[in-house]
Amino acid sequence: MVVRCEDVWREVSNYLDGEVDPGLRAAIEEHVRECKRCTAVVDGTRNVIQIYGDERMGEVPLELSGRLHQRLGGNASSSRRGFLGWMAATAAAVLVAGGFEIARSSAFPHQGLRSEHAQSSADVPPDMMVIVAEHGKTFHVAGCPFIHDKSNLRTISASEAEKEGYTPCVRCMTKYLDAGATA
Amino acid sequence: MVAGVGSQGNPAQKDHEQRLIRRILGGEHEAFYELIRPYERRVYAAAFAILHNEADADDCAQEALLKAFRHIRQFRAEARFSTWLVQIVVNEARMRRRKERAERIEPLEKDKNEEGGYTPHDFADWREIPSEVLERKEIREKLGEALGSLGRIYREVFVLRDMERLSIEETAKALGISTSSVKTRLLRARLMLRDLLAPGFGGAWSNNLSFAKGTKPW
Repeated sequence: MVVRCEDVWREVSNYLDGEVDPGLRAAIEEHVRECKRCTAVVDGTRNVIQIYGDERMGEVPLELSGRLHQRLGGNASSSRRGFLGWMAATAAAVLVAGGFEIARSSAFPHQGLRSEHAQSSADVPPDMMVIVAEHGKTFHVAGCPFIHDKSNLRTISASEAEKEGYTPCVRCMTKYLDAGATA
Repeated sequence: MVAGVGSQGNPAQKDHEQRLIRRILGGEHEAFYELIRPYERRVYAAAFAILHNEADADDCAQEALLKAFRHIRQFRAEARFSTWLVQIVVNEARMRRRKERAERIEPLEKDKNEEGGYTPHDFADWREIPSEVLERKEIREKLGEALGSLGRIYREVFVLRDMERLSIEETAKALGISTSSVKTRLLRARLMLRDLLAPGFGGAWSNNLSFAKGTKPW
């Protein structure tokens, strides 16, 4: 079998991937031995694969690790929790936009009441999905403009929020509070 | 399915992932982080290959991971988790790209040369490139620029296949194209990159390099 330069250029990729049959492989190798141009093409293409396949190429243009971890993980000391925090924050945005139910997390510890001004929230439906902020004291409906700390939001059920010590927002949960007061 | 390269192809890895998925479905959402950790780079790389913008790729990768989490129940055990994940991010990135393009009213990206042959333009010899060349930031940037200058359809195949080491079949599946398209695009991507880089490695950049003559770094 005799191959021309054009055949080598057409098959160089398959050749380097080991995807050509033995006859063609031998013919390519024979041609390349005699052809300086094809030697440059085959060696150069092999170099491209080797160089870009190097782990260090992950840094450019894909400076991903640090940035992705930062955003997924929050901070290095609590990456998993931070990640879930991010998930829930995004889920909160999704809830606002479209009404998906997501990210009921039971990974967070039971806490005491966060506010000394806790009001009865008996009339908030226990399964209602609400938004809580990591350092906040109240729980909200999605999209409530009174969620001050928007950095670490979670979406959980009202009953879970209460277990964790959150109390209903007096603005967005007002109808439940009123109902509770008149009950 | 043809076995791919890397640890994601082995049965122990698959079992491990199945266990993690069961834990996630059982409510242990933290296990998701462990499940996706080996593939974060790949997810980002796929998003970057399509969007070619770090901030967009970051957003897209995160959105794709959230979608994977949300739809983990739909993952079928006979599939490979990594491929499923890459399919999600590819779809997400393409959706964003379509939206962006519709807003800018750009012509559809078509390359009539895709199926044709590719003739190398440069025959500079750069057989001996020392491995330490990649330690140089400016060289890595040149490589990044060269990759960025490829058309999207070539870049996405090249990134998945040659940088993320997916098999031809996995690349085809992740991108929703045929294996012969993968091969054709891969050939062009590799040859175009070689043409772009040969002048530098063949001369301009190597003037400053301490070549270790007679040895191949790989």
